[in-house]
Amino acid sequence: MTRTRPPAGATGGGPLLRACNVTKTFRADGVPVSAIRGIDLELHRGEFAAIMGPSGSGKSTLLHLLGGLERPTSGQIWLDGQRVDSLSQARWAMLRRRHIGFMFQFFNLVSNMTVADNVELAALMGGATRRQAKERRVELLEDLGLGAKADAAPARLSGGEQQRVALARALANRPSLLLADEPTGSLDSSGSQSVLRLLSRVHAAGQSILLVTHDARVAAGAERVISLFDGMVADDAALLPPLRPAATRATATQPGVARLGSSLPAVLRLRG
Amino acid sequence: MRMPLLALLAKEPAHGYELKILLEQIFGEAYPSPNIGQIYVTLQRLERDGLVRSQDVVQQTRPNKRVYELTDAGRVALAEWVDAPSDGPRIRDDFFMKLALSPLAGATDRLGLINRQRRDYLNQIRSLSSLAATAEPGVARLLVEGAILHLQADLDWLERCQEELV
Repeated sequence: MTRTRPPAGATGGGPLLRACNVTKTFRADGVPVSAIRGIDLELHRGEFAAIMGPSGSGKSTLLHLLGGLERPTSGQIWLDGQRVDSLSQARWAMLRRRHIGFMFQFFNLVSNMTVADNVELAALMGGATRRQAKERRVELLEDLGLGAKADAAPARLSGGEQQRVALARALANRPSLLLADEPTGSLDSSGSQSVLRLLSRVHAAGQSILLVTHDARVAAGAERVISLFDGMVADDAALLPPLRPAATRATATQPGVARLGSSLPAVLRLRG
Repeated sequence: MRMPLLALLAKEPAHGYELKILLEQIFGEAYPSPNIGQIYVTLQRLERDGLVRSQDVVQQTRPNKRVYELTDAGRVALAEWVDAPSDGPRIRDDFFMKLALSPLAGATDRLGLINRQRRDYLNQIRSLSSLAATAEPGVARLLVEGAILHLQADLDWLERCQEELV
C-alpha cells in the first residue's frame, strides 16, 4: 500500500493506476468535510480488485477521483505512467473514451436513444468502426441477457436492466480499465450472476477492473479486496483461490478440513 | 444428527451406510460429510430411546446388516421437531467473544482482529461461490446460498463492530 517506487515514466511499465496520498475535502455549507484522508493505492495491469466499506467511507468518491470525475484536493494520481490528477476535463474525457470504462451508480443512460445506441455510441467514441460497435453491442447485450431489449428506450427498462446496459456501455470501448460503482446494486440474484460471469470474462481477457460494491459475492469474485473506513484504507487483502470442497466453518467436524480452514488467515498476504 | 436420521427413516427403513449416502446426496458438497461411526452411535441411542427399532438382515456374501425403522414414538418426535420453531439469530458468536474480551487479555489491536476475520469470511464466500456454481439446483444449492447470505450479514456486522469499537 505505501510503496514509494518512483512513478513509471513510460507507458507499459509499473502499475496501471496509482494513487499517492490522495485526499478529497468537500465543503458542505462552508464547513470542510474530509471524504478521502490520504489514500495510497496501486492497481496492476490485469488485476481485479473490489473496494468495500460502510456508507460514507469514501468508496464512490475514491472511484470518481480515480476516473477523473472529481479532482483531488491533494495528492497525485497516475494512469499508465502518466500523471492525470491535474488534467483538464477535456483531456480526462478523451482518456475515458479511449481507455477507461466508467459505470455509474445511477446509470446515466441517454434517455432519448435506444439501448443499442447507448452502447454503440460509447464504442464509436472510443474509436471503433460502425461495424465493430454493432458487433460489440450485440455481444455485450447478449452476455447480459438483454438481447431482446436492444431497440427499447432506457426508460422502458427495469432498474436492473438499466444497470446492465450501463455496464455494457462501460465495456463497449474495450477499456483497459473498468471502474464500476455498485455494478449489481439493483440486480436480483440471477442478474448479479450474469454480471459476475461477464466480469470474469473481462478479467480473463486481461482488462483491469476496480469496482465498488457492498455485495460480498461480487467482492469475492475479485482477486483482491480493499476495505475503506472513514476515508482511509483499513485493509488491503489478496484473496485465495477458491477451495474445493469448501473449507468452511461448517465442515470443521472433519479434522483435515478443519486444519485447512483454520490455516486460511495465515496464508493471506498484505499487499505492498 | 438425531432428527435428520429420523426424517430419512420416515420414508423407508434403511441401514446406517444408506443414511450417510442419502444425507450426502440431498445436501451436496458443502455439507459436512457425516461420519459413519457417529451415525451408528446415534442410531443406537435412538433405539435405546424407543424412537427406532432394528433387525439384522442376513446377507449371503457379506456380513449381516442392521436395518432401522421408525417406531410410532419416533413418528411423534419427528412431527414435534418439524412443527417447533428453530433457533433464531446467533447470540453466542466465538469471534464476537474474542473481539469483546481480547482487551482484557492485553490484545488491543481490534482492527487487526476484524481485518483477519473479514479476510476469512471473504475467502469462505469465494469458496462457497465456486461451489454454488456447480451445486445441484434445489436443496444443495440453497444450503450454499444460505451460507453465503449469512457470511454477507457477518461482514456487515464486522463493519458495525469497526464503527463502534475501533
